[in-house]
Amino acid sequence: MTHLMMSSTLSAYKISIFSIALFAFSQTGCDVSQLNNPYPKADVENSVLYSSFAERPKHLDPAVAYSSDEYGFIGQIYEPPLQYHYLKRPYQLQPLTANAMPVVRFLDQKGQPLPATAPESAIAYSEYIIDIKPGIRYQPHPAFTQNAQGQFVYHQLTQTQLAEINTLSDFAEQQSRELTAEDYVYQIKRLAYPKIQSPIAELMAGYIDGFSEFAQSSAKLPMTELKNQPMRGVEAINAHQYKIRIKGQYPQFQFWLAMPFFAPMPWEADAFYAQTELKNKNISLDWFPVGTGPYWLEENNPNRRMVLAKNPHYHADFYPTDGDEGDREKGWLADAGKPLPLVERVVYTLEKETIPYWAKFLQGYYDASGIASDSFDQAVQFSGSGDPQLTPLMQEKQIQLQTSVSASLFYLGFNMLDNVVGGDSERARKLRQAISIAVDYEEFIAIFANGRGVAAQGALPPGIFGYQEGEAGINSVVYDWQKDHPQRKTIEQAKQLLAEAGYSNGIDPKTGEALLLYFDTTAVGTDDRALMNWYRKQFEKLGIQLVIRGTDYNRFQEKMRTGAAQLFVWGWNADYPDPENFFFLLYGPNSKVKQGGENAGNYANPQFDRLFEQMRNMPNGAERQKIIDQMQNIIRQDAPWLFGYYPKDFALFHSWYHNLKPARMIVNRLKYSRIDSQDREQKRQQWNQAQFWPVIVIGLALAGLVWPVIRAYRRRQQETQND
Amino acid sequence: MINYLIRRLLYALPLLMAVNVLTFVLFFVVNSPDDMARMQLGQKRVTEQAIANWKHQHGYDLPLLFNSDEQGAKQLTTTIFYQKSINLFLFDFGISDSGRNIGADIQQRMWPSLALALPSLIVGLLVNISLALFMVLFRNSYLELGGSVLLVMLMSISSLFYIIGGQFLIGKLLKWVPISGYDSGWSAIKFLILPVMISVVAGIGSGVRWYRSLFLEEVEKDYVRTARAKGLSEPQVLFKHVLQNAMIPILTGVVVVLPLLFMGSLIMESFFSIPGLGSYTIDAINRQDFAIVRSMVFLGSVLYIAGLLLTDISYTLVDPRVRLS
Amino acid sequence: MLVLWTDALIYLLVVASLSLVWYLSRQLHMRRPLTKLLSSPVAMATLTLLLCFGLIGLLDSIHFKNTESNGNEAISVLDRACDTMRAHGEKTYSEPFAAYLYSKETITQSDGSTRWDYPRLKHGGAHLPNPDTDLMADVVTKASLAMVKMGGLLGLLIWLLTKPNRRLLWQPPSAKAVWLVLSLVITLTYSLWLLSNDYHVFGTDKVGEDVFYQALKSIRTGLVIGCLTTLVMLPLAIVFGIMAGFFKGWIDDLIQFTYTTLNSIPSVLLIAASILMVQVYMTNHAEDFNNLLVRADMRLLFLCLILGVTSWTGLCRMLRAETLKLREMEYVQAAQALGVKPAMILYRHILPNVMHIVLISVVLDFSSLVLAEAVLSYINIGVDPTTHSWGNMINGARLEMAREPVVWWSLAAAFVFMFSLVLAANLFADSVRDAFDPRRADK
Repeated sequence: MTHLMMSSTLSAYKISIFSIALFAFSQTGCDVSQLNNPYPKADVENSVLYSSFAERPKHLDPAVAYSSDEYGFIGQIYEPPLQYHYLKRPYQLQPLTANAMPVVRFLDQKGQPLPATAPESAIAYSEYIIDIKPGIRYQPHPAFTQNAQGQFVYHQLTQTQLAEINTLSDFAEQQSRELTAEDYVYQIKRLAYPKIQSPIAELMAGYIDGFSEFAQSSAKLPMTELKNQPMRGVEAINAHQYKIRIKGQYPQFQFWLAMPFFAPMPWEADAFYAQTELKNKNISLDWFPVGTGPYWLEENNPNRRMVLAKNPHYHADFYPTDGDEGDREKGWLADAGKPLPLVERVVYTLEKETIPYWAKFLQGYYDASGIASDSFDQAVQFSGSGDPQLTPLMQEKQIQLQTSVSASLFYLGFNMLDNVVGGDSERARKLRQAISIAVDYEEFIAIFANGRGVAAQGALPPGIFGYQEGEAGINSVVYDWQKDHPQRKTIEQAKQLLAEAGYSNGIDPKTGEALLLYFDTTAVGTDDRALMNWYRKQFEKLGIQLVIRGTDYNRFQEKMRTGAAQLFVWGWNADYPDPENFFFLLYGPNSKVKQGGENAGNYANPQFDRLFEQMRNMPNGAERQKIIDQMQNIIRQDAPWLFGYYPKDFALFHSWYHNLKPARMIVNRLKYSRIDSQDREQKRQQWNQAQFWPVIVIGLALAGLVWPVIRAYRRRQQETQND
Repeated sequence: MINYLIRRLLYALPLLMAVNVLTFVLFFVVNSPDDMARMQLGQKRVTEQAIANWKHQHGYDLPLLFNSDEQGAKQLTTTIFYQKSINLFLFDFGISDSGRNIGADIQQRMWPSLALALPSLIVGLLVNISLALFMVLFRNSYLELGGSVLLVMLMSISSLFYIIGGQFLIGKLLKWVPISGYDSGWSAIKFLILPVMISVVAGIGSGVRWYRSLFLEEVEKDYVRTARAKGLSEPQVLFKHVLQNAMIPILTGVVVVLPLLFMGSLIMESFFSIPGLGSYTIDAINRQDFAIVRSMVFLGSVLYIAGLLLTDISYTLVDPRVRLS
Repeated sequence: MLVLWTDALIYLLVVASLSLVWYLSRQLHMRRPLTKLLSSPVAMATLTLLLCFGLIGLLDSIHFKNTESNGNEAISVLDRACDTMRAHGEKTYSEPFAAYLYSKETITQSDGSTRWDYPRLKHGGAHLPNPDTDLMADVVTKASLAMVKMGGLLGLLIWLLTKPNRRLLWQPPSAKAVWLVLSLVITLTYSLWLLSNDYHVFGTDKVGEDVFYQALKSIRTGLVIGCLTTLVMLPLAIVFGIMAGFFKGWIDDLIQFTYTTLNSIPSVLLIAASILMVQVYMTNHAEDFNNLLVRADMRLLFLCLILGVTSWTGLCRMLRAETLKLREMEYVQAAQALGVKPAMILYRHILPNVMHIVLISVVLDFSSLVLAEAVLSYINIGVDPTTHSWGNMINGARLEMAREPVVWWSLAAAFVFMFSLVLAANLFADSVRDAFDPRRADK
């Protein structure tokens, strides 16, 4: 009797667990082969692309967003007038919403047109006239919704309307409207408007005519007034044409026209989002963009996932029919001429930890993946000749690998205002050169980037005009050319330089102790410990003691601003493929301390500055190359940076992911991607067979316990009866 | 009873006030609003104008504790401290330093936290109590000795090992469940199985030991001997008498943590990327978003006090001898 | 010699605990539980293990200036003992007892051609000409030789030591366990230490640092967190607890209010807030914290402080309840009636009678504090990232588990060390509770 009672309570408990589990599976509709599928069964056959994000993008407002993870989203949603050709390299601009490439004409001081051959000194303004295609429409959005009388329905929300609203899709009626030139003009006004705090406002104030005046005059105005305020240099000529007047000459401006900063923004969006009640429900432009692009942000739950869906009103746009040589063989022209976008939906899932992220990629639940340094060995091996290859495990899964050197640079800068490492003295220069040799970036790349990088020889990464390959392009201060590759100079040579600088064996003559240098960094996490130890070791080679001052980002910025830092690491991601975008980081008048510019090391060399001014407005050609070489040599000698390395992108993607050409500069490339969902489903089935043998093992182990339990129970009963 | 409750609620007010003062001092003594603004605006050059804007938007453009520009009571009320505290008491958490409405976020993230914490609690309770009863049933045998050694060992393993190990074994090697993630509605179950399992296993060591000591105390009591003398078998004694009498401490132990379940589990949630309040808090700590951390501290205190109150009430319900006065 | 803040406090702690043991052993009513503890093999064996950990921690707390390097770097006695491990850095991961690196790289062969393969380690097994065949044999020989040497030496030593009064040292029921544990620990440590001259017994981490060395260094961190926190929390808990219970009235109200307030703040958040505060303070006063070690040490100290502040409330409540009971006892009432000063009553009558509660709760808290360190480090509010600690090791190892093949040894080393310390502490705590809890006295 008692036996029965025990076992029945126990088994009831087991059954309940079992039925819960069963219920779970039946609800989620999984079969045994894919118990671990994190997505709903219904999505299996659809052309959905699965990706992830590690941290929610801070801003999705095109006037503010400036980081690559933010561009990953808004690049698909907002459309600037120009874009880069998807297949052609070097990068080529082509019209996107514009009818043709903008016409540039030069004006003199009085605004009179000049001939194209006019001398540089005569040119006071250059004017860009941009024609946009008619008939382009925005995504459906409540901001556009009008009633029969032509009044905006949702611009003055009442409490009753608000009660049912939690997210943007709760608005019942969503309308669209045609894109006009005025929207582009409005966005440029937003860039200038101080309360929006656009990161490029200061930069643009130097280029666009009337920009800074507009910033001043609009500072006190509410946002809704912006559309009525004129800006001198920017003006809509008619519904489909607008012009931008640039001070002097700035050929790089057309690159800016391909960035989301210059995408159109309807004024209705600002009027709609300005309502406080919506802000309190976390409905804002930073959260729910309004664009004309191939996708719109259907769901934005930054705690879990973000979903891009095809914009039903997307204009006619086709996959390019011509590309570089070899593109056809690689299958990049297989979809030539097809209407874009090729994927219906893109689902981004929040994934903070690398373990689950990588595991899910291998299980086929993410379509593409970068390679974290810890899973690198699993994915990639190098052949005898040093070419990266996929490991057999990856090859078995038909995973593809793509590598490309990106247009970025990680450098270690010296604060040139510091009186130990900075300045123009021979002592400081030799010290900097010695350090340049000692800090072995080849080793850095091998340890911390798994070989995914190229040690930098100067300020320009490959792929940017002016970069020199081979012996002509090496940094002769740090390297010697050996047969077929640059060889870092020996540590003895570095010590020699250090001795010449007055610090023999790293001893500071002032204190008689090792020279102390301070390295300011925001890298204070556990994962960065190894990195910091490595830097210390590099300086120890010279006998210099490196003190790591880890701070939060805030203090670090403060130190950089006041020039209190000594050594720092900084990265630069090119905005556009032009050498000007790298050299300006060293241009004297851009000094961070003096002018608040991007020249974080406050380097200033009059000769370099003069060459820079000369180089920046030149067309690419042999003459420009010559000047660039001179500039490179100056900074190699002065060594205001250890040039560090150019990171190499390694991307892995599954065999069902098509049309992926390496394109770091191109932010709107999602529309070209294609997914073969049947292939994907088949492979997922194959890879995700659950293993149930441990259940049997545990069951057997429990069964083994039965006998001792029964024996002990019998004894217990006897004991209590004897009590 | 009603009087008692009102008194306890009134007592809670100074408590919350003290909590509030404490966190306020902690956060503002070393970190000025200017620092916070810079932190959040970050990145490129930040102008003084931008900082002023930010401070105004977030209500940090007032003096900390005392406003000498104002008259009378306003000297105390138009300060950061007063403005921020009063709103907390009204459960209006305002906007986070990164610009989102905290109240809306909390409402949204509460449910996933609960969906993880509640099953963990219930399943854990069932497993712990039944194992503890087993051990008491087999007391003074080798089974018990082996069991208690096993428990001490289980207890000596850091919870991080359970999580890392569980994810590795069940998610990666055996592929039973998705390794991490979350979904709304019933689809969440498949994501919750693994974390619930891990938190149950991680709690077995200390949990079973605690219940076992409870039961052992009861087993020695006279009424149990009497029951045994009546001829009841051991399992009957355990289930009928021991378990019933041990129910009071078990219940009160559970009730006191009930409200805190809303706060979620910090580690579990971030390991399994469950969008609950626990991971919300961790994110806020890592991003140094003080507005969120302060709100969570306040919420935690409120829930803790609610737990104490519930415990008192449940005492009277379970044990009629206890009168609250 | 160089004394860090935590060092000083550790010395203080050692003195304090020695005097506590001395004081307890002179108290009549403590004699019985102490004898009970002494005669329990489990208690004594685990205590021996704990003391061995303590010794390593203590060795790591005696710092002096490193004369070899010209900087202001401070090293400890333990660092000195592990000189070879510190010097034998590799390039990156290598398995325990491996002679090859864990990842392939391009090797230039003698004839100038290159090959893509696992390179030999710089130090691990470098003395072997042909590791593929000789490694196992070499490890076994070296290990057994070390064990025989040390085991023999120990045996001789014990034999010699115990010769005059062998009965005294063998007689107690727990003596055998103590000797067994002691000789096991010593031989094992010795052979591992000897082996680490030629191998990395627990492998190397991402930048090639010896994992065994890291695990050894982490012992001090664990112990400091476990012990110093108690040092912070005890005075608070004892003073406030017995005062609240004894004086009642507004003092009681105030103290109760204080600890309810502290209790109601989720402790993780309080710790996070305080650690953030310390970080900000340190960056504002960067010039005072130039030395990495000092900086890390300060953070460790603050962590102990704040953990102490969050954890004294539980003990305080217990002490208050106990004191409430005790003050109604006849002898306390009598003393009050005779006009003995309250301070005297507290010291003479109350304190000795709550000592067992204090003792039990201290040993119980120790293990949970060691475990808490790991969790806090995971949320980045634990010890400084440059400090060696098990939490930091686990935190780093999380990513390594995603590698294929898995890098398991960092996690395993942290697990083994942490597990043995916490297990010993838990078992010891159980014994202490059994011995000192009056309710269990008769069992």
